[in-house]
Amino acid sequence: MSKLVIIGNGIAGVTVARHVRKRSDIEIMIISAETEHFFSRTALMYIFMGHMTYEHTKPYEDCFWQKNRIDLKQDYVDEINTETKVLTLASGEKIDYSQLVMATGSQSNKFGWPGQDLPGVQTLFNYQDLLLMEENSKHAKHAVIVGGGLIGVEMAEMLISRGIEVTFLVREERFWGNILPDDEAKLVQQHAEIHGVHFKFSTELNTITAGNNGRVNAITTSTGEELACDFVGLSVGVHPSITLAAKSNMAVGRGILVNDFLETNIADVYAVGDCAEIEVVEGRNRIEPLWYTGKMQGETLARTITGDKTKYDRGIWFNSAKFFDVEYQTYGFVANEPIDGIDSFYWQHPKENICVRITYQTDTQVVTGVNTFGIRMRHNIWQHWLSHHCTLKYVLQNLRTANFDPELFRHYEKNIITAFNKQYPSNKLTLSPLQWLTKRFTKEQTNAQ
Amino acid sequence: MHNNNTAWIAPVRKSGVTFFTLGFLVFIGMLFSNQYKLTEQTLKPAINNSTHLQLIQPHLNGLMNETVTNKISFINDIRHTFSRYNDTVYQRYHISTTNIDALLTQVNTMGYYDLAMLTTTFNSQDDYSTYKIKKLTDYTSWLAGQQGKTLAEISEVINEKSSEINAHVLAEKSIDNYAVGQYIYALVKSSSSGVVSKHTALFFIFSVLLATIGALMYIIPEKFSAPAGIKNDNIFKNSATNGGLICMLAMTFLVLVYIALYFFPEYIIEWVSLVDPLFKALNGQGASPWSIYGFIYTLAIIVMGIRMFIKYRHSNYHIVRTGSIIFFQSCFAFLLPEILIKLNQPSTDLKNMWPLDYDFFDAWNLDSLSSSGDIGMFMLVWGITLFVIGVPLFTYLFGKRWYCSWVCGCGGLAETAGDPYRHLSNKSVNAWRIERVVIHSVLVLCIIMTGAALYTYFTGIKTILGIDTYSLRSAYGFFIGALFSGIVGTGFYPKLGNRVWCRFGCPLAAYIGLIQRYKSRFRITTNGSQCISCGNCSTYCEMGIDVRAYAQRGEDIVRASCVGCGVCSSVCPRGVLKLENGSTTAVIDHNMKDETMNIVQILSVEEQKSMMG
Ligand SMILES: Cc1cc2nc3c(=O)[nH]c(=O)nc-3n(C[C@H](O)[C@H](O)[C@H](O)COP(=O)(O)OP(=O)(O)OC[C@H]3O[C@@H](n4cnc5c(N)ncnc54)[C@H](O)[C@@H]3O)c2cc1C
Ligand code: SF4
Repeated sequence: MSKLVIIGNGIAGVTVARHVRKRSDIEIMIISAETEHFFSRTALMYIFMGHMTYEHTKPYEDCFWQKNRIDLKQDYVDEINTETKVLTLASGEKIDYSQLVMATGSQSNKFGWPGQDLPGVQTLFNYQDLLLMEENSKHAKHAVIVGGGLIGVEMAEMLISRGIEVTFLVREERFWGNILPDDEAKLVQQHAEIHGVHFKFSTELNTITAGNNGRVNAITTSTGEELACDFVGLSVGVHPSITLAAKSNMAVGRGILVNDFLETNIADVYAVGDCAEIEVVEGRNRIEPLWYTGKMQGETLARTITGDKTKYDRGIWFNSAKFFDVEYQTYGFVANEPIDGIDSFYWQHPKENICVRITYQTDTQVVTGVNTFGIRMRHNIWQHWLSHHCTLKYVLQNLRTANFDPELFRHYEKNIITAFNKQYPSNKLTLSPLQWLTKRFTKEQTNAQ
Repeated sequence: MHNNNTAWIAPVRKSGVTFFTLGFLVFIGMLFSNQYKLTEQTLKPAINNSTHLQLIQPHLNGLMNETVTNKISFINDIRHTFSRYNDTVYQRYHISTTNIDALLTQVNTMGYYDLAMLTTTFNSQDDYSTYKIKKLTDYTSWLAGQQGKTLAEISEVINEKSSEINAHVLAEKSIDNYAVGQYIYALVKSSSSGVVSKHTALFFIFSVLLATIGALMYIIPEKFSAPAGIKNDNIFKNSATNGGLICMLAMTFLVLVYIALYFFPEYIIEWVSLVDPLFKALNGQGASPWSIYGFIYTLAIIVMGIRMFIKYRHSNYHIVRTGSIIFFQSCFAFLLPEILIKLNQPSTDLKNMWPLDYDFFDAWNLDSLSSSGDIGMFMLVWGITLFVIGVPLFTYLFGKRWYCSWVCGCGGLAETAGDPYRHLSNKSVNAWRIERVVIHSVLVLCIIMTGAALYTYFTGIKTILGIDTYSLRSAYGFFIGALFSGIVGTGFYPKLGNRVWCRFGCPLAAYIGLIQRYKSRFRITTNGSQCISCGNCSTYCEMGIDVRAYAQRGEDIVRASCVGCGVCSSVCPRGVLKLENGSTTAVIDHNMKDETMNIVQILSVEEQKSMMG
């Protein structure tokens, strides 16, 4: 009987296992080193802040795995012999497979700074990091976070919840500058500052130094400043875990190289999730280190493994995050800097942390993407608008249908339209009435241009 | 902290805790402040049944006119007096073989039976002899006189009649448990005096008011401490909210209070006097143990409702529904019934309904409503219309939430005072299984019990299939009404979460839930594939629904138990969940779930072949 072995019990590996199980009866085993059961990495911060315990972050009850005949093994895979199709575990045990899925995820980046391995200096990616952070933050009073991305801002929020002062070193001249346009970055920055974060923009880490007790006591920056601190959080991105793959004849680049079917160069070996690098004909290969993409890749691969060969196509891009109290969603593509041929319409609430940016092609007026802060939008509506090339006017007039805020929340579509009409006086847009009685998807929307 | 303007917050909150604790201690402490003195004057009004008064009075002699400061021993003495009295009732009142022998000796001497013999046989002046003489006279007067009966015949009749009389002694002469409970409470109340009733206002200020002010001093500054948003930091690290030590203490306190309320109200007599003037003003009669309960209950909803206003100040949904709960509790559940009493009308909570209000169809209620003219009739019709038409209609339009988290008093307490415990509900599949069996059983039980009571009401027949309908009703009242809804349902908030009763026990919730599950526009919509499976939604679901299980596979949530509190939607860091009364059908197709396939292209066989070259 054929046996599917999956290395890594993160969202990607687990999704493969679950969907294969739905479609097939083959033996399934997941081998993973970090934790016995699948848990939600994205919820690490909530464990630290006491919103939840580790148990709450497990998306499935422990009995789920046995019930679905998915064998779990907590161990580290040391070697893969792709010729004989045998894995060697750290415990010495040997496991054979007929199909193998690499879902080994990512590891945090460290760029070789002096002192980066001192006690009190850490990254945040896995469960062990969380335990370490619990330890490191016990007596900490002042922390420095390096790298202005999502994990960094989560670390800041975690530390602030314990009353620790946070200074945030950001290489770019604004927060998350490689993703967010100026206005949005300002909004997030100001909100984070209200929560007590001190930003230092255009500033990089130089060295980390230790005190008499051997623990970190200060850092120096590229601007020549020295900052005293007893905690340093490094959040300068992640890279795929490829050590195992590389020594097992798999073709690797930055990640494990796969084609559109998530197949590696070796027969019956696949890679999904953070660790996979999808080769493209033109441009830079894609690595998608996200929860959502790991899930979608896993679903796709499960089809291929069970005989229904399916190409991975991410479709319309989307992502979301939360910066302290401000929620962010994006659909489609919104560039961080202006690009030729693409215009953007931006509206921001005068007082609250609410804003919307819609980008569109200058000539056709077809909408290409949206950033929204403080207003929740409906995923399927935006996906529909973007994939059907709806125009800016159409989208603005129907913005209400995309609103996903809880009931009784104040709506801003009117303000948005008014602002648009003011900015472009030749337009006299009005809000379309909500079509409560008709389905949300009508022919009219489909063909709207 | 980062902002100097917030320096005042910590000390104010700290003093708030101190005030609250002090107020709470005074509140508890006053329970030991009264003294008790049983006198002729206190006895009479307490035992309003003159026979019972006569019966028990001699036994209380030892306690009369003595001032007791120990409440427990005073109550125990009275309780013992009643139970000792009941234990010895038979001993005292039954016609013993010695009595019969003495009587028969006279009969033998005289050769016939005569009523005058009774007075010589039972020659003492007490109630027992009088009772025996009266009974024997009633039962045997036909035998008296010289009728030529043989001695053997007379002896046989007397023995026979004596055992007949003895069979009724207990029923006639003992005081039943219900009455004993009432008398003990009334006796303790009438014979107690103390500082609380003398200085009610003072005590009120230093207990209830002080604790309330303390609580508000703790709650309100929260508003200024940080921007609006989800505030769940340290919930699982604080023993007051994570089921730890402070939770256990709170639970013990609540359970004790409920036991006292339901079974031993005499122990909280000082609390009753604390609100007596208030209730005199409201209803013209004064307070009962349930008055102080209703008062604290309403106060808890208001104070903790204010906490909800502040905690969820960024969410109009929570602000409005909390406002609604406060309104219905304070006006409909608290004020209106008292005013109705004052107006000499049947007192009722117009927003409560059968089957939660399980005594709605009790004979006394039906009688009282149907004999109270138009207003009674209105209440009867209203009460029936509400659950026959109101529930299906509103539930179809808005889901279960229209009642359970916007109107209901039990839900109201859970949503406000119970909010700090919402995450303690059990989310396992097993808990869900138990929930479905238990809650629907309670509904069935309630229907059977009510049906039986109505059958008796209309036919006058007291038993069905050999089961006494009244005993069904009282069993339901004891196990479901008192033990389940009160002691477990609310007492166990700090351990099992704030919706134990609503989730496992409430028959009305079961009924509304069935409609919500099968015929309602309400659902929680899941936003595409945005879920990151973090688990906040499931953790903070007070009904123990594993929301994430649905959200992470893109399925809308249509569950019988969902009360629509909206907290899952609030705590979700990715904006995945929205409560809606949808115009389209919810996505609960079990073949569709788990798929984000609209995003993934599926190749045809030809395409596959060409790709593989
Ligand atoms: C703090 C934090 C917050 C995040 N928030 C978001 C978010 O909001 N939205 C979002 O889209 N993404 C978020 N991400 C990213 C997201 O969590 C990852 O993209 C996702 O978890 C990757 O899943 P995966 O299954 O590919 O790999 P992983 O989850 O990394 O799982 C890989 C597993 O394989 C194990 N493993 C590796 N090598 C071996 C071996 N040789 N033998 C045995 N086991 C091995 C590892 O121990 C690990 O447990 C966040 C990440 C972090 C750290
Ligand atoms: S809270 Fe939101 S993101 Fe987290 S599991 Fe629930 S639905 Fe998913």
